[in-house]
Amino acid sequence: MDVITWLIEPISFAFMQRGLAAGVLAGIACAVLSAFVVWRGMAFVGDAMAHTILPGVVIAFLRGANLFVGALIAAILTALGIGWFSRDREVREDTAIGVMFSGFFALGILLLSRVRSYQDLTHILFGDILGVSSTDLWIIAGVTVLVIAAVVLFYKELLVTSFDPGHAVAIGLSPELVRYGLLILLALTVVAAIQAVGVVMVIALLVTPAATASLLARQLPRIMLLGAVFAVISAVVGLYASYYANVASGAAIVLTLTVLFLLAFLFAPRRGLVWRAVRGEA
Amino acid sequence: MNREMSQPIARGLTTYGREHNVPAVPGEPALEINGLSFTYPGATQPALVDLSLTILPGERVALVGPNGAGKSTLIKLVAGLEREQKGSIRVYGRPRPACYHRVGYVPQRGDVDWRFPVTVREVVMMGRYAHLGWLKWPRRADHEAVNRALDAMNLTTLADRQIGELSGGQQQRVMIARTLAQEADLLLLDEPLNNLDVGTQEMIFHVLEALAEEGKTIVVTTHDLGLLPIHFSRAIFLDRRIVQDGTPDEVLSAETIARAYGLRLCTDDDGATAPAHHLADSHGHSPNH
Repeated sequence: MDVITWLIEPISFAFMQRGLAAGVLAGIACAVLSAFVVWRGMAFVGDAMAHTILPGVVIAFLRGANLFVGALIAAILTALGIGWFSRDREVREDTAIGVMFSGFFALGILLLSRVRSYQDLTHILFGDILGVSSTDLWIIAGVTVLVIAAVVLFYKELLVTSFDPGHAVAIGLSPELVRYGLLILLALTVVAAIQAVGVVMVIALLVTPAATASLLARQLPRIMLLGAVFAVISAVVGLYASYYANVASGAAIVLTLTVLFLLAFLFAPRRGLVWRAVRGEA
Repeated sequence: MNREMSQPIARGLTTYGREHNVPAVPGEPALEINGLSFTYPGATQPALVDLSLTILPGERVALVGPNGAGKSTLIKLVAGLEREQKGSIRVYGRPRPACYHRVGYVPQRGDVDWRFPVTVREVVMMGRYAHLGWLKWPRRADHEAVNRALDAMNLTTLADRQIGELSGGQQQRVMIARTLAQEADLLLLDEPLNNLDVGTQEMIFHVLEALAEEGKTIVVTTHDLGLLPIHFSRAIFLDRRIVQDGTPDEVLSAETIARAYGLRLCTDDDGATAPAHHLADSHGHSPNH
């Protein structure tokens, strides 16, 4: 089998085409937001968001509603809940996140354990990228376009509230407002990406692309762009690995991202471990 | 006299604050505070008690006092980072929310993540955001204002560097350049001299003096009493309320400091005997860090 056939064969199947498109699109949305997740220190909230949508998904499933809508409602409730619990600073924000996160996830598991077999749980936990329907694909594409549009339109506000929230307040811009907006984008993106990699691993897509890109670039737009490239590479490599080696696609995507991170960590110009060792800095 | 009615107030849907480009009221002080009290949520003691003061345009004011005296709290209240619970704050004759663009705030060094992937030019451009508001991109006039601010702070050659690559003094100049790009008239600097060497401190002071001569009003919090007489036109010794307000020499009088720190030492019970002497020795040293 020559290389061309090797490359083309998988994408001759419609489910592989949809899977690839879903992985690439969700990866781009995640990578763009991951720049903010990494630089605002929102990894925990991103992970929590992924877990708190479980009851929303289960309830939507039970009522025969769109899973996406259920997940989105749960995610938005989480965003508002975190803000509400920590509003008087009586409860620290990460504490509020921890409580919401575990409580919602437990509720999801509890609902699921009563009604369905664990087969369904596996799909939600670990993703089912080859089971993406064309409706799902349209939703994922919509989310990706929305995320990119929002980041472009509100780039100034995202930048200033991330770097110096004090200045934002002083010029009348509410960092809280921007933060809620970002949490809602995060919620949408998490829901889109769960198809690809599942609840447990979605945090990888929200952290690793920008973490890797930050070792190679020093400006936010470049970090987003480079992160998106890494996410796309991982989606493609992951799916091919899944097709030929018969391994779980979500795990293959995440592992590819992780390998890219390790490569950057070791070999990035100036900041890589090897580079610094050669120059006697490490 | 109803001061709000004296001039029309422009409002814009796209600006961050509700009101924008509100003209200063001629003849009014740069900052007028009346009966301001503030207690942090959950705190047992108030941070500020019934504080009143007036600062005129062009003054260079140092806010001094022990740790926890409310210096930063006062700055944050004026900058809008904390909301006043009691009392009023007026900036150039207007209630504070009408003056977002007129107040330039330079946060404490520790409040900013200097590793953040942003260039010097982008940080200075953030000063223009006060005028741009939602969904507006910087135009030529904004880029020109940024270039002028960079030039004034001698940062032009560093403009495209990542902010973390600069020295502490250069970073402080970037933050001041941002207030210039903002065209702020009242500059609030929270501990701008912390962790800077004496040479860099001097340089920052020269910059601030030049700005004051142009009519800008400067309010600086500092621990460093040694610098007061040379660089400030006025000092306010704060310890939850105003202990002393006058020329730096008056405020530096041993009596004032002993009174303020004496009270404090009794409660702190750390057995120090000569608070004034201790402070006079602390030139270039910041007890906070």
